[in-house]
Amino acid sequence: MAGLFTIPPVTRRCSHVWYRNLQVFFKTWKVNFFPPFIEAFLYLFAIGLGIGTYVREIDGIPYVNFIAPAILAISVMNSAFFECTYGSYVRMYYQKSFDAIIATPLSIEDVIAGELLWGATRSTMYVAIMLPVLAAFGVISLPLSLLAIPLAFFGGMLFAGIAMCFTAITPGIDTLNYPAFLFITPMMLFSGTFFPLSLLPEIFRYIALAALPLTHVVAIMRMLTLPALSLTGLLHLAWIGAVAFIVCVVSVNLMRRRLIV
Amino acid sequence: MKMIQCVSPRSGGSLSVFGMDPDLHPAEIKRRIGVVPQETNLDPDFTCENNLITYARYFDIPAPVAKERADELLAFVQLTEKRNVSIEKLSGGMKRRLILARALVNRPELLILDEPTIGLDPQARHLVWEKLRLLQAQGNTIVLTTHYLDEAARLCDRLVIMDGGKILVEGAPAEIVSQYASPEIVEVGKSERVIACLKEKGVPFEDAGDMVLVPTGSAQDLAQTLLERCHPEKLLTRPATLEDVFLKLTGRRLRD
Repeated sequence: MAGLFTIPPVTRRCSHVWYRNLQVFFKTWKVNFFPPFIEAFLYLFAIGLGIGTYVREIDGIPYVNFIAPAILAISVMNSAFFECTYGSYVRMYYQKSFDAIIATPLSIEDVIAGELLWGATRSTMYVAIMLPVLAAFGVISLPLSLLAIPLAFFGGMLFAGIAMCFTAITPGIDTLNYPAFLFITPMMLFSGTFFPLSLLPEIFRYIALAALPLTHVVAIMRMLTLPALSLTGLLHLAWIGAVAFIVCVVSVNLMRRRLIV
Repeated sequence: MKMIQCVSPRSGGSLSVFGMDPDLHPAEIKRRIGVVPQETNLDPDFTCENNLITYARYFDIPAPVAKERADELLAFVQLTEKRNVSIEKLSGGMKRRLILARALVNRPELLILDEPTIGLDPQARHLVWEKLRLLQAQGNTIVLTTHYLDEAARLCDRLVIMDGGKILVEGAPAEIVSQYASPEIVEVGKSERVIACLKEKGVPFEDAGDMVLVPTGSAQDLAQTLLERCHPEKLLTRPATLEDVFLKLTGRRLRD
């Protein structure tokens, strides 16, 4: 039995699973393209303009511009996380799709890899849809902000991998609410999203950097959209890359344990 | 079954499919196998036709070929007019037929079916049987599991009866019946009088609920004797079946 950290044998056939999900996505494109569009507006109006009227600016940056990258980073997190928890769980448990697919040359590793890639692709598409809205409001800088799109893919892999680990160990679909409310919601609030990390007591700042993956995505996203590039960006990127790789590997192995009996 | 399909790891012993080890060459083996699972796991997000086309893609079958085969297979299982219908709108029998079509999309050399007609009405069952016999006649190898022994008797050239993971008997259905059961059975309505009468005559019998089964070489003679001497309320004669063999070998106790 392969260990948790063994690199799983994934083949290019995983693209078939990715493509299957893409086809379903485009089949229901109206439902899928509308929310990110609306969500961008909602955040901008409620938090940017609403709270922004009182806050005005943070460290010399207009408040709307401060939260714009956080809006993008949160969508990266939400779209990959929810796709690879509830979405994957439904396909695995209720639709029995994974069982059907592993009767073909695809292995379970291929299937899970395809699901992870798909989760990251959703993040990428979400960001690509939101960017024009934010750009139209002039709250992000161009063209550097376009790099948010590839960043969304890497961040997406990170959250897809985390999500798939939960999906692999959850006893049922209801218990997926635990990570959704106890991990995702705090992360959305305390990752330097709507107020800078520096406001947190020092110890919590370190906890946030170590345990809340979103902080790293927000940090790079903000460097791109303000723009305010710095070398620490590379550290954040390395953190995302390393952790994304590890959680993806672990999630595939956990899923294998769950499904292969 | 799952081990042959390269889905479950081998629990022990040796296994070779097409001369290959499922642990080492799962993709190559699975490429040549078609599987009809017991559970209906069609893709609910697609229509009938797209289910087949999507499934063909998992086998790296190019799209134009997939389209062609989907047409052909939908016709084969008589679902052509349901081509653009979503899976939810199909009846149970239609779903089973579509799963059979799906299992054939890669032109498998070996077709594995796990209880292919479970829960089907008689018409649908007969249609599936007809298709399976057609595939059989074309020279396909079919491995199927079933609890319906009439199904096994109809379809199988070679049959293995298993219980608790052990092979009890093996052979052609007719041979197994003639080997393990007397040619004919007389079923007699159970009553104290009948049982006393049978015991008195020293005829071996088996208690089966409200009937008593009496195995015999010649049902006609025995029936006549019983009618004259034991005066049963009900009596019928029939040839022995696989079901008799199965119950004889595995017992009548419920197995949960």
